[in-house]
Amino acid sequence: MENVATAAASSQAVAKRLKKRYAAERRFKALGFGAIALALGFLGILLVTIFSNGSTALVQTNIRLDVTFDAETLGVSPVNPSADELLRANYGGVIKSALSKAFPDVSGGQRRQLYKLVSTGADLPLRDKLMANPGLLGTTVSVWMTAGADVDMAMKGHVSRKPGVEGNRLTDAQLGWLDELEKRDAVTKKFNTTLFTTGDSREPEQAGLWGAVVGSFFSLSVTLLVCFPLGVATSVYLEEFAPKNKWTHLIEVNINNLAAVPSVVFGLLGLAIFLNFFGMPRSAPLVGGLVLALISMPTIIIAGRAAMKAVPPSIREAALGLGASKLQMVTDHVLPLSMPGILTGTILGMAHALGETAPLLMIGMVAFIVDIPASPLDPSAVLPVQVYLWADSPERAFVERTSAAIMVLLFFLAMMNLAAIMLRKKFERRW
Amino acid sequence: MKKSLAVAAVALATVSFAGAAQARDQIRIVGSSTVYPFTTAVAEQFGKAGKFKTPVVESTGTGGGFKLFCAGVGPDHPDLTNASRAIKKSEMEACAKNGVADVVEMKVGYDGIVLASSKKAKHIDLTRKQMFMALAKEVLVNGKLVENPYTTWNQIDPSLPSSKIEVLGPPPTSGTRDAFLELVMEHGAESFPEIKELKKTDEKAFKKVFSSLREDGAFIEAGENDNLIVQKLEANPAAFGIFGYSYLEQNGDKLQGAMVDGVAPTFDAIASSKYPVSRPLFVYVKKAHVGQIPGIKEYLAEYTSEKAWGKSGYLADKGLIPMPDTERKEQATKVGALEALKM
Repeated sequence: MENVATAAASSQAVAKRLKKRYAAERRFKALGFGAIALALGFLGILLVTIFSNGSTALVQTNIRLDVTFDAETLGVSPVNPSADELLRANYGGVIKSALSKAFPDVSGGQRRQLYKLVSTGADLPLRDKLMANPGLLGTTVSVWMTAGADVDMAMKGHVSRKPGVEGNRLTDAQLGWLDELEKRDAVTKKFNTTLFTTGDSREPEQAGLWGAVVGSFFSLSVTLLVCFPLGVATSVYLEEFAPKNKWTHLIEVNINNLAAVPSVVFGLLGLAIFLNFFGMPRSAPLVGGLVLALISMPTIIIAGRAAMKAVPPSIREAALGLGASKLQMVTDHVLPLSMPGILTGTILGMAHALGETAPLLMIGMVAFIVDIPASPLDPSAVLPVQVYLWADSPERAFVERTSAAIMVLLFFLAMMNLAAIMLRKKFERRW
Repeated sequence: MKKSLAVAAVALATVSFAGAAQARDQIRIVGSSTVYPFTTAVAEQFGKAGKFKTPVVESTGTGGGFKLFCAGVGPDHPDLTNASRAIKKSEMEACAKNGVADVVEMKVGYDGIVLASSKKAKHIDLTRKQMFMALAKEVLVNGKLVENPYTTWNQIDPSLPSSKIEVLGPPPTSGTRDAFLELVMEHGAESFPEIKELKKTDEKAFKKVFSSLREDGAFIEAGENDNLIVQKLEANPAAFGIFGYSYLEQNGDKLQGAMVDGVAPTFDAIASSKYPVSRPLFVYVKKAHVGQIPGIKEYLAEYTSEKAWGKSGYLADKGLIPMPDTERKEQATKVGALEALKM
């Protein structure tokens, strides 16, 4: 009887404890789920703001005008002008007369406002058009031209189109002309190819990311060329050959510390060594790549060593037992088996390097550079630097372009991470 | 694989040294981020003309720019530097020590510093004295310096609104902050006779009074990015922001500038120097590089042309406040003749 009572009591206690333990587990699960939801929520907010801000930058307002390639306005000889003449001709004048013709009753002082509807860079496509087909001289062609940034902002709804707003960059007259052009079906939005094909510019509608993309490509190529062989060699030596003593231990600790050093410190190091000591050119992707290599090297070494550690000792013993030398054992067995891990580490290290700006400030890569770099020695910016410079520009139209630049940067990062995942999936071996 | 890598590395190294040894054919400019939008605009136009490569313009800050500029003569060193203040004596000395003897100073125009708020807020007009009282860490109450007690604007002056004092401004590293302290806070502090007295007796203490801004939440350091301040003002109509005129000009549909000492921050008021909070902007030229690096003279000619820095030039479109006609002419002849700065 007594026994039953104690048993019941104890089972009751057990049930209570069990309930408590289950509750604790549920709480823990809920907390974990909450943490993930919170993180995903923040990521979602980030992506939504960037995409909603940046997607409008993918299109650009264009205005259609009837342009007359008048030899007199262009300042070229009317019959068979030379290529040089056509190169230097006054295409801006042609655009201005086309605008005046579209709005004949605009006079004197207001003309200047009228001319601002069209981008100051719209003359270059006209030049290319005429040079490709000199027969157009003297004829009138209907051409879509890039609109000025302020017009673009109004068309995209970033700036009010209601007349009478004090302080609006577009005057009421300009808004009226814009409405009129729209009535004539002469305003449209086209895909913004400029954004992906040209270098930086101070005019938002002429600014592009291509220079920065090429600069990033050169920098990362140098980084890869330098840090991959060095990183792999270091991890092979430390993992397979180095004696285990306090010196190697010290080196190991230092490599781990190096991975946590703020990146701007590496920039100072780059300035002191590569620029001041070796006299390499400023703002060059070569130097940027070398500095970024210093930053991603520890990541690669750590990832490489972890991958080699994961190769079972039995494989090494089997190779050695069959008479392979230690070097053969490494190159024929350990390295191929650990390569997926090493490559994943390398790609993640490179992705990290792709997003760095702070160290590049020191070596002069945070700069306004218009020309597309042709080699790793030409001055160049990189993608995150372009984001930083555009974010700081006063022009309103750079706000959406900043988000667009971030989208491009995120796209490249996502591609690199995807490559890492695919490499791992394809070559991963489980023991 | 390994061999080709080694070859590539060696090739790269050789190319790099060959490149460094070559003379530069591209102008290099460093310096202030405030002058950066204007210098880059000129650089772009200059490059578009096609005769020379587009100059490379780095945004390093005024002080950092002088450091690089004064480091020496030769293709490794920049040719021009942007500055949002005049060169200091110590910087001239550093220049001279490194062989940069002749420096040409070019004043390019003016920049106004504005106190702006959202258009949704009530318009407010301030004096510099009131701004000092709102933002200084320590203010004068009953003849004694005490921790700033004011929390709302109407405590300073009954005519001001009863909203909380909340001002977003640049961090100490910014040139805009230096100019704001000098043009507003110092001037505001001097309007108190007791503090003015302090200037004569203890200059250091005086400096501390006007250059220490509040840290109790009334003044908020909003980072170097002025666009961020603009966005925050939109979200919070009760707050004010301190930044350069070009940001007000670009966002004129959303923001309004407060009048300072009865003058509104408009293009004309700043140009005629009626608006009190404006500062000159400079570009410094290394004379020894003229003729060595191709295009410097032509670049300066583009900068000083009427279509660039004139009243209706493209720099005015970018928010630069042009100098008066006579001053522009004076500067253009001075720069054209490459008149070096005297110590």
